[in-house]
Amino acid sequence: MTEPDNSALIKQVPFVDYLVLGEEPYLISNECNQCQARYFDRRNACARCFGDQFTKVKVASSGVVTSFTIVEMGPVPYVSAVVDCDGTPVRCTLIGVDPTPEKVQLGMSVELTTYSMGEDSEGTEAIAFGFTSAR
Amino acid sequence: MGSEDIWILGSNMTKFGKHPEKDVLDLASEASVAALRDAEMTMSDIGVLGVGNLMNAGAGIGQQLQKQIGQTGVPVFNVSNACATGATALRVAIMAVKAGEADVGMAVGVEKLAGAGLLGQRGPKPQSETWEPSGRFGAIGSTEGRIGTNIMPGVFAQVGMEYGHKYGGTSFELFARISEKNHAHSTLNPLAAYQKRFTLDEIMNDVMISYPNTRPMCSGNCDGAAAMIVVNDGKKNSMPAEVQKRAIKISASVLTSDPWEEGCQILPDVNTLTRNAATQAYEQAGIGPEDLDLVELHDCFATAELVHYDNLMLCEQGGAVDFFESGAPWRDGAKPVNVSGGLQSKGHPIAATGIANIHEIVMHLRGEAGDRQIEGAKVGLAHVIGLGSACGVHILEKAA
Repeated sequence: MTEPDNSALIKQVPFVDYLVLGEEPYLISNECNQCQARYFDRRNACARCFGDQFTKVKVASSGVVTSFTIVEMGPVPYVSAVVDCDGTPVRCTLIGVDPTPEKVQLGMSVELTTYSMGEDSEGTEAIAFGFTSAR
Repeated sequence: MGSEDIWILGSNMTKFGKHPEKDVLDLASEASVAALRDAEMTMSDIGVLGVGNLMNAGAGIGQQLQKQIGQTGVPVFNVSNACATGATALRVAIMAVKAGEADVGMAVGVEKLAGAGLLGQRGPKPQSETWEPSGRFGAIGSTEGRIGTNIMPGVFAQVGMEYGHKYGGTSFELFARISEKNHAHSTLNPLAAYQKRFTLDEIMNDVMISYPNTRPMCSGNCDGAAAMIVVNDGKKNSMPAEVQKRAIKISASVLTSDPWEEGCQILPDVNTLTRNAATQAYEQAGIGPEDLDLVELHDCFATAELVHYDNLMLCEQGGAVDFFESGAPWRDGAKPVNVSGGLQSKGHPIAATGIANIHEIVMHLRGEAGDRQIEGAKVGLAHVIGLGSACGVHILEKAA
């Protein structure tokens, strides 16, 4: 008898396919083999050098905020930001931070974090990412 | 710009604002007929027609316009290029005239947007029972709010904040003061949608849309149209002296898209393509930023105006804050910017904007800008940017 595989009981899917789930979730990019430009979307070719060969490359999970805005049009204000993750810019929502100009600062250090979006009708849990103040 | 010059002989814009009683064709017709009259021409003179309208991009507005004001069988190019749609329609007319395919071209931009709400927002996807990845990111839901924002006020807020991170010196108050300037300018422009002067306090304490842009710091959705007649040397020289006297030379006409830059697919890079367009335009015109008597630039949000001082090289690289602090872009300053009131107060009927900002320059160079006339203006630059991106830069000169 083999041990039952508990991980199969709770199936998880990432919110986007460039979020890799696991013990330590991380973001993954399509890096151009020719010029090392990085992309998060499905690629046909490289917009920089026109090469069409890519390698999946892990993106650093911490960085600094290089730009942000506090979107206040919806029911709940949220922070949209660009984070420079060791040279790779990442677009994200900042979570676990008060959405006020006093609490969000340009240049602040942040790190990747994930959270549950809930389960679908088949019990599959969706996991999304955000960035939060670095510990 | 080649051996032959291109001239604006006719130019018009409708009042921007709410026109509940007029449809897209009423507005387009009004501006077109007025521009033709301004040039002392009729539709029979027009050899090519470029028409921009973003909200009905597939509707053939150009042909619908012809059916109202004159069906002559000439080629029509219906164009759509985000907020640069009007400038793109004009580029089409200019290219056709430069190529020798027509002596006279007309460009029209028209939009009905009053009450359209926020642009760039997508409606909710139909709910599925299970998580279904879709699109280029394999997202299982809307990324809006979940992975930052795509809405225009948010994107352009980040454009300004990014400038602040790079060079320092920006603040909520600084951006609000840019808006204060444009609203002050608008009080002299009877064609502006809003002609209300706001105090700095009023601007900063208004409804926050996307920090640091409050409501008066955002361009207003409204209705409007603008039209322009462009001709070659031969046609200009065949016109009555009175018409020739009011001709304005197009010394540069440039349209660019954004070249690849690090991060440009994360946060749109509105800087590089603007700088490229400005560089090409100054070269075409043989004119430098120091020669400009006035500038109309694309202040879709207060945060955007700041970065374009730099991109259009009105200041040294990184010097946009100092440029603003010097008072230069006020109408009595060294380099008046957006004396029309800019998009924040004049309004932003998208496809009309790229022609309307050129129209503003035309009015000053002709000395016909009324109360807001920049005295003795001889050279002006108009800039427009559509996210995605497309950038139009035109440099105009008064006829010698």
